[in-house]
Amino acid sequence: MTTRKFTAAIDWAAEQLMADDERIVYFGEDVAMLHPPLYGRFGADRVMNAPISESAFVGAAVGAAMTGLRPIVEVMLVDFMGVAMDAVLNHMAKLEALSGGSWKCPLVVRSACGGGYGDGGQHEQALWGLLAGIPGLCVVVPSTPADAAGLLASAVFEDGPVIFLEHKLLSETWLEFMGRGGRESVGFDVPADGVEGDVPDPLVRTKLGTAVTRREGNDVTIASLGVGVHRSLAAAAALAEDGIECEVIDLRTVRPLDRHGLATSVEKTRRLVVVDEDYEQFGLSGELAATLLEQRLQFDFARVCTRHTLPYARHLEDAALPNVQRIIEGVTACVRAG
Amino acid sequence: MTRARSFELALAKLWEEGRISGEMHLGTGEEAVAAAVALAMLDEDAIAIDHRATPVLTALGVDLVAMLREVMGDERGLCRGWGGHMHLYVPERRAASSGIVGAAGPAAVGFALSAKRLRKGSVAVALFGDGAMNQGMLMEAFNLAACWELPVLFVCKDNGWAITTKTTSVTGGNIVERAASFGLATWNVDGGDLESTGTVIEAAFRHLRTKGKPCFIRAECPRLDGHFLGDPLLKIAHSPLGEGKELFSNVVSSTVSRRGGGVLSRTGSMMGMLNVLRQARKDTRGNKDDPLERARASLRGEREYLARLDANANEEVAAAVRHAMEGAA
Repeated sequence: MTTRKFTAAIDWAAEQLMADDERIVYFGEDVAMLHPPLYGRFGADRVMNAPISESAFVGAAVGAAMTGLRPIVEVMLVDFMGVAMDAVLNHMAKLEALSGGSWKCPLVVRSACGGGYGDGGQHEQALWGLLAGIPGLCVVVPSTPADAAGLLASAVFEDGPVIFLEHKLLSETWLEFMGRGGRESVGFDVPADGVEGDVPDPLVRTKLGTAVTRREGNDVTIASLGVGVHRSLAAAAALAEDGIECEVIDLRTVRPLDRHGLATSVEKTRRLVVVDEDYEQFGLSGELAATLLEQRLQFDFARVCTRHTLPYARHLEDAALPNVQRIIEGVTACVRAG
Repeated sequence: MTRARSFELALAKLWEEGRISGEMHLGTGEEAVAAAVALAMLDEDAIAIDHRATPVLTALGVDLVAMLREVMGDERGLCRGWGGHMHLYVPERRAASSGIVGAAGPAAVGFALSAKRLRKGSVAVALFGDGAMNQGMLMEAFNLAACWELPVLFVCKDNGWAITTKTTSVTGGNIVERAASFGLATWNVDGGDLESTGTVIEAAFRHLRTKGKPCFIRAECPRLDGHFLGDPLLKIAHSPLGEGKELFSNVVSSTVSRRGGGVLSRTGSMMGMLNVLRQARKDTRGNKDDPLERARASLRGEREYLARLDANANEEVAAAVRHAMEGAA
């Protein structure tokens, strides 16, 4: 085990994987400056700065993956995936199905996501539910450095495309880059257990589609991912003082979803509260309820999600994101309803 | 220009004090272009702007207090605290900014379509950087404006950078020739020189209003405050052994680790990094390439007038900051 910060863990994993496998190339906007260890070690032939041309370089990653390479392509922020949407929606996600399974697209799209530092609604979205709604994509959202490294190790060896999302509030470099900028005059509610932790060394793969229980409890299941896991754990600690025992499930990957792990927990607690930084309607939270109903489970349900476009002002943004207070209220309402 | 600069410097101070959250992209170095565009625009014209919107909005006379409150996240602000500096919207001036690189192009084409059908004789402007010149949507916008014959002025504020990457290292060909190949009328101008920038922008507006067809200006501008305030590249460039030490030593240690690229490609990345840092050190506020200093130099004989101009701008902005702070949370 080695203690690593969140983004350093991902970069370290990428470095190990690239050293072992010549097929892996790394490209995206500003990657030389953002990932100096990769750039320094593998040089400009394998770590390539791309122009601000998301539709072209993500599309090119698809082509490269179709013909032998295993690209890790970095779309700086998940919001900018909007510009590359055709490559994501119509090409990487569709290739395997439309070719009748004869052609695969093994690539990883690495992208920073998430809010909590006041950058406005075009730079702070989560979007993992929206992306996971597309058949053919895997979507990964780690909440600890160990998972971040382990999930990247699995993602790189998947046969198909994986969207790997890195929450900026957990990332020492992204938060510094986009939020702090060297200032001591600003502060952020950063979850300590997410930003730094022990990472297995040598690198160990974490299987996609396996949720993990972060806290056990009998009264309510809270399902979350990314920063939401840490907010849920804080809420669970507070709720325990009032005698409500929460089981906190970290989904880790949205698609494939660990439907079985979730059902096992809800079967026990008979209550589900989904804490999701992505948009509330037509997304992950509704999908979790649906999958349990399809399994004929009876349970009470509440969700604490982002309801609308994220506002820029910090106080409005804090209120819009799934914060600890909103989670406590959601869980309490769910318990009272039953 | 002095008002715009004074406003940008006030933003820098507020950001340092932690009153502005997230990123803050200043438009220092673009004041001559902003002033010339604002001067040429009439009330009915529309403008789509990138993430450095404040200089041109200041020059267009948008309420400074409303903009300050907005960037400070005050619900009394221009967009009720919802937008921030990358998303400043002024519907009554038909002025909209965006945080997505290249997005000003298609928006301005739509503005021009409205102009053609609803406000005969009025035109649209798109302001963007050289980094945007590689966005497909901007190239598509050039073509759309050309084939629909719309009065759009595309202004590329070329500061040489695409975030922290030198634009020339990720751009094929010549951007003015590229625009010309879509059938746009083109101009190439020193965007740090107010007089020639003003002349070219005036000519372009005349072209729009008389011919009703799109055109393109490449205006070379310095980037005086990095990609955004706190730009790590500037920190390493100016202080490789101080604030930038960690990042710099990361590169050095990785170039010597086992298994990886060959010696040539590793030295190549080292040299590439050093070259970028050298370039980043070049543009600084107050040096001879600063458009404001150049404009001042041309008015050297009128010291009193200049002093009064500076004093008025600083006073107006300081008063706006004081006013904006009143009753702020």
